[in-house]
Amino acid sequence: MNDKPALIELRHVGRTFRIGNRRVKAVDDVSLVIREGEIVCLVGESGCGKTTTGKMVAGLLPPTSGEILFHGRDLSTLRGPDFRRYRLAVQIIHQDPYASLNPAHTVESIIGAPLLRHRLASRANLRDRICELLRIVDLTPPEDLLDKYPHQLSGGQRQRVSVARALTVNPSFIVADEAVSMVDVSIRVSLLNMLTRLKETMGMTFLFITHDLAVAKHFAWQGRIAVMYLGRLLEVAPTSRLITEPLHPYTQALLMAIPEADPRLTRSKPRVQLRSLDIPSLLALPGGCTFHPRCPHFEAGLCDVKAPPLVALGDGRYVACHLVTQGGGAA
Amino acid sequence: MESSYPAAERRDEVILRAEDLSVEYVVRRGVVRAVRGVSFELRRGEALALIGESGSGKTTLGLALVGLLPRTARVRQGHVIYRRQNGVYDVLSLSAGELRRFRWQECAMVFQSALNALNPVLRVADQFCDTARAHGNLDRAATYRRAQELLRLVQLDPDRVWRAFPHELSGGMRQRVLIALALLLDPQVIILDEPTTALDILTQRAVIDVLRQLRRQVDFSLIFISHDLSLAAELADRVATMYAGAIVEVSDVYEVFERPAHPYTRGLIRAVPTVTGDLRQLASIPGSPPDLVDILPGCKFAPRCPDADEACRTEEPQLVEVGPGHFAACHHWQKAGVSTL
Repeated sequence: MNDKPALIELRHVGRTFRIGNRRVKAVDDVSLVIREGEIVCLVGESGCGKTTTGKMVAGLLPPTSGEILFHGRDLSTLRGPDFRRYRLAVQIIHQDPYASLNPAHTVESIIGAPLLRHRLASRANLRDRICELLRIVDLTPPEDLLDKYPHQLSGGQRQRVSVARALTVNPSFIVADEAVSMVDVSIRVSLLNMLTRLKETMGMTFLFITHDLAVAKHFAWQGRIAVMYLGRLLEVAPTSRLITEPLHPYTQALLMAIPEADPRLTRSKPRVQLRSLDIPSLLALPGGCTFHPRCPHFEAGLCDVKAPPLVALGDGRYVACHLVTQGGGAA
Repeated sequence: MESSYPAAERRDEVILRAEDLSVEYVVRRGVVRAVRGVSFELRRGEALALIGESGSGKTTLGLALVGLLPRTARVRQGHVIYRRQNGVYDVLSLSAGELRRFRWQECAMVFQSALNALNPVLRVADQFCDTARAHGNLDRAATYRRAQELLRLVQLDPDRVWRAFPHELSGGMRQRVLIALALLLDPQVIILDEPTTALDILTQRAVIDVLRQLRRQVDFSLIFISHDLSLAAELADRVATMYAGAIVEVSDVYEVFERPAHPYTRGLIRAVPTVTGDLRQLASIPGSPPDLVDILPGCKFAPRCPDADEACRTEEPQLVEVGPGHFAACHHWQKAGVSTL
């Protein structure tokens, strides 16, 4: 277990959006500690609040409740050089490399701009530094790419440029939001390996956001997975345990539902029969546990009445389910 | 393990056959050879997966099979032979009117963006009735009965969705409505383009289970086009791998996952992680797919292939039978066992 100090800590973080005169709770009471050098994967289906959480951690969106601590200090209280240090230390890689790079700029100016802005390179050594960064993300020979515009690059190359841009300011923490989802499978692995190398050689800390549990498993085998559903964390556990001994009925359902790229394995998987196929709307969240309308282990009078808090089990695992924490039979 | 769908005994009956089909797009830069000399057979009752990455030509091939290619595309050569009780014909030589009847009544296609494929201002009921009417089926009561039956088959509550507008349904529900709609005119073949791509995991599972169940209850053949190997592992009887506009391997689904003979198929399988399987080393395929305008001679995979030699760079390999019912287009398929996993 990692006993390094906490780099980022979320304490009861919530985020509400207003749509017209209605309020949508995209993230609700999320608490999570990410330690230095750790990989945490935030896994969930679309609309579960994982991107919103990532944006809040990266400082792109303030929480509407709770607090986020960076090295123990509340983000909302950071000012001047302290805030600047945080903004440089925490970088985000967005999902869509087609949208996140300015189409009118060359690779050289995309990566060069932050270096100059933050005085991390002088005009004289700018090119060298850019090439060095391109080499770190396996874009070789870097000289060939400097004058290219984003539209001249493949999806995988663009995503590497995004990573190189994030690395310009020497961050210690990277929020990767579905960073490999939009590239073809044959390229995906090399991107993942490149990110893994950043962790190993630079001691980078990662919050890796994905909907794909298989990718999460491979990227965060040494780390932890946090499962999110309708704005709440339902389970957090070391990756290998989460995969082999999922505790929350939702995690169990996900693991059994995922089609696997192995016909014998996938056709012999046990199935969970959910009570409903439909994800409730964030505008009309069910009371109690938000998974109760679909949960196969639903207990009337308990699950639909009281929302289960995320409880530490003492072995590094956390789960938000009445039936697990009260010794019931969900597992 | 499941193998006994109805019509299993008629499995050998070929109902659709592509013969040396080539499709190209004329663009400013030149001619994109999107589909290059593809031949395959679809047998009655089977599910065939066309697997490939973006740009491999799989969607173009699907569109060509139902005569729905955009204007910028042209069929350079080849035939699509379709067989029904009343005869055999080449889909590519049908007149516009015949083609309209062929589509949906004989061969229905469900497009990739299920979310946009339904007319947003029509209720589900009208989508069904319009389809039936456009194909000369004027008996509203019969259409209604058939639609209700199909909606139940795809695990939807007909009373809930019949009067609904598409925006009132979730993505998974819309995808299932489309599948039911595709079956309305009782086609022999259904082509699904990326049927689960935009859907969440639990919804994906529901759609997969519905398709699996449908295949037991309704007599039709299925072609599905996907970049997702796991979908092929779930649903397919046979898998065809496409690369650079050509089929490079085709085989029984178990065979292809256990003994892939083409290095590209092998690379794909090694690149995809499983969740509940063992943790294994993943490997990516170096390089990127070739440009289909300036086409190089030889095997199109050669620049990315660890086993490529001079022969690969000069002569493009054709599909050869490497095992019973297992075809691969690789000069070095015998080496497959050596450099696998």
